[in-house]
Amino acid sequence: MTARGFWPALPALLLLFIFFLFPVVRMLGFSLEGGSLDWYAKALGEGLYLRVFWNTFEIALLVTFFCLILGYPLGFLMATTTPLWATVGFIFVLLPLWTSVLVRTYAWMVLLGRNGVFNRLLIDSGVTEDPLPLLHNFTGVMIGMVHVLLPYMVLPVYGAVRRLDPAIVAAAEGLGASTWRIFWRIYLPLTLNGIFAGAVIVFVLSLGFYITPALLGGGRVIMIAVLIEQQVRETLNWPFAAALSAVLLAATFAVYSLAQRFTRPQEAT
Amino acid sequence: MERLDAEKGMKQESAELLIEGAGKRFGEVAALDGVSLQVARGELLTILGPSGSGKTTLLKVVAGFEKPDTGSVKIDGVEITALPPARRDIGMVFQNYALFPHLTVERNVAFPLEMRNVAKPEIVRRVADALALVELAGYGQRLPRQLSGGQQQRVALARAIVFNPRLLLLDEPFGALDRKLRETMQLEVRRLQRRLGLTTIFITHDQEEALVLSDRIAVMNKGTIQQIATTTEIYERPANDFVADFVGESNIFHGAMSGPGTVALEGGRTLQVKSDKPAGAKVGVLMRPERFASGGANAFAGEVIEAVYLGTSFKLRLACEGGLELLVRQPARGALPAPGTRVAVGIDPDAIHVF
Repeated sequence: MTARGFWPALPALLLLFIFFLFPVVRMLGFSLEGGSLDWYAKALGEGLYLRVFWNTFEIALLVTFFCLILGYPLGFLMATTTPLWATVGFIFVLLPLWTSVLVRTYAWMVLLGRNGVFNRLLIDSGVTEDPLPLLHNFTGVMIGMVHVLLPYMVLPVYGAVRRLDPAIVAAAEGLGASTWRIFWRIYLPLTLNGIFAGAVIVFVLSLGFYITPALLGGGRVIMIAVLIEQQVRETLNWPFAAALSAVLLAATFAVYSLAQRFTRPQEAT
Repeated sequence: MERLDAEKGMKQESAELLIEGAGKRFGEVAALDGVSLQVARGELLTILGPSGSGKTTLLKVVAGFEKPDTGSVKIDGVEITALPPARRDIGMVFQNYALFPHLTVERNVAFPLEMRNVAKPEIVRRVADALALVELAGYGQRLPRQLSGGQQQRVALARAIVFNPRLLLLDEPFGALDRKLRETMQLEVRRLQRRLGLTTIFITHDQEEALVLSDRIAVMNKGTIQQIATTTEIYERPANDFVADFVGESNIFHGAMSGPGTVALEGGRTLQVKSDKPAGAKVGVLMRPERFASGGANAFAGEVIEAVYLGTSFKLRLACEGGLELLVRQPARGALPAPGTRVAVGIDPDAIHVF
């Protein structure tokens, strides 16, 4: 970095240092209270906490999976449809992104509750007799998280499909490829980078999710961030909370760097 | 030797193309306005025109990427106007080649065969043949981005001919190459097309390229075909101002026939020409710069206002009497005439084209 390029970035770097790097180091300091690794031993040694970590990864993986199968077709469609429909798609994808997660989560509580809109509809139309358990369980957390994180999958996919040279698709078509084969042989391999980028973002964000599992999980779905919050607010065990946070941070970094290694260099199209 | 074998395996009957009254509008603009043309079996027809002339739309109509509002496209008498591109059996080389960046050269060339469910051993054989034909044997395992522009072009060509298409379309394929390479590729494409007997449509805005490559040229402007003729016909006897001006360097004047074999130009000057147009007919007159000699039945004297040295020739712009401005080419002998010098040139009646 040249000196010339450094100065304009200074305010942002200072901000990151004061409000991110410094607190992270302080937190690591908490977790090593008394110079021992006892809290880490507890976090990684006790079955209960390992199960919470496992739960967190499992939910993150499933959320990523559902975002992928829902988000890829949507991003693909937005990239290949008319400008008007693409705009409509963008509004629907971005509007939630601009709305507070808290608001969206409460909205889901209204929709998914025992007497919520969905259950009303299902009972009134005779599909079920008793209300389905949609809230305060795994299903609720899934629905909420997939909804919140979907844009992070749709946008990279949209970008990847848009970057594809239309002449390449036309060439495949002219050479005799059916729509289905064009998708499998051309679109999919050439948009893998977008899929991967989206999946990594969704997965990493899922790992640290708090509000949605806390509210829609109703205490029955414990993700690691929920556990950390309990340690801070209810049991006031800051060193343990710090150790759990450090483990989460390390796991996130591990996933991210692993993902980086699998990402191929951008295809020159 | 290898090339000859390869070629034998690939040669097969190519098709005849017939376009009748093709029209296509985009909003207010008529991209194609009742275009009809016929390409004979094994012929290379060039569609020449400036950008916006409709040549690309015409190509898309033939390839099936665009549906014409009116008219029809037939291959060997069978109407294909409504057929999707994948079912037309037309090989196409795109402007930027449009190679599949994630597939090796071999897989790129194999693609159209795989789409036709050709048996594996046959695919291997035919891909090798096609690559030998474009002199890229041994490059099969490379990715497109590891090849030079000329090599990518050859891959695109191999991919377009490997499945024995009924028709080959070339969409300004040489635009991205430097001059030397472009000339080599032009000749190579021409040789290959002749040897395989492929019916070919070549799209370009480069008139020089069109003259080098074509059997016939269709000059397009504003969605209509201005003239279809052999290369010499187009150059020597253009049908109108646009063709005369677009193809080659030209001196174009307007006037009327004042008697048998004489034209009175608008400035008052009369020219001896060879034409059987009736007296009084409004005509255009074309004189190619290189057809001027030191003397001739029609003499011009003028002052040099611009002189350019081009290696083999001088290009002179002369201001002649009667306000006529002439572009003249002379063999480069002696010193380049300085501006202001008086120069006398002449042109014979049979070197003047009247239209």
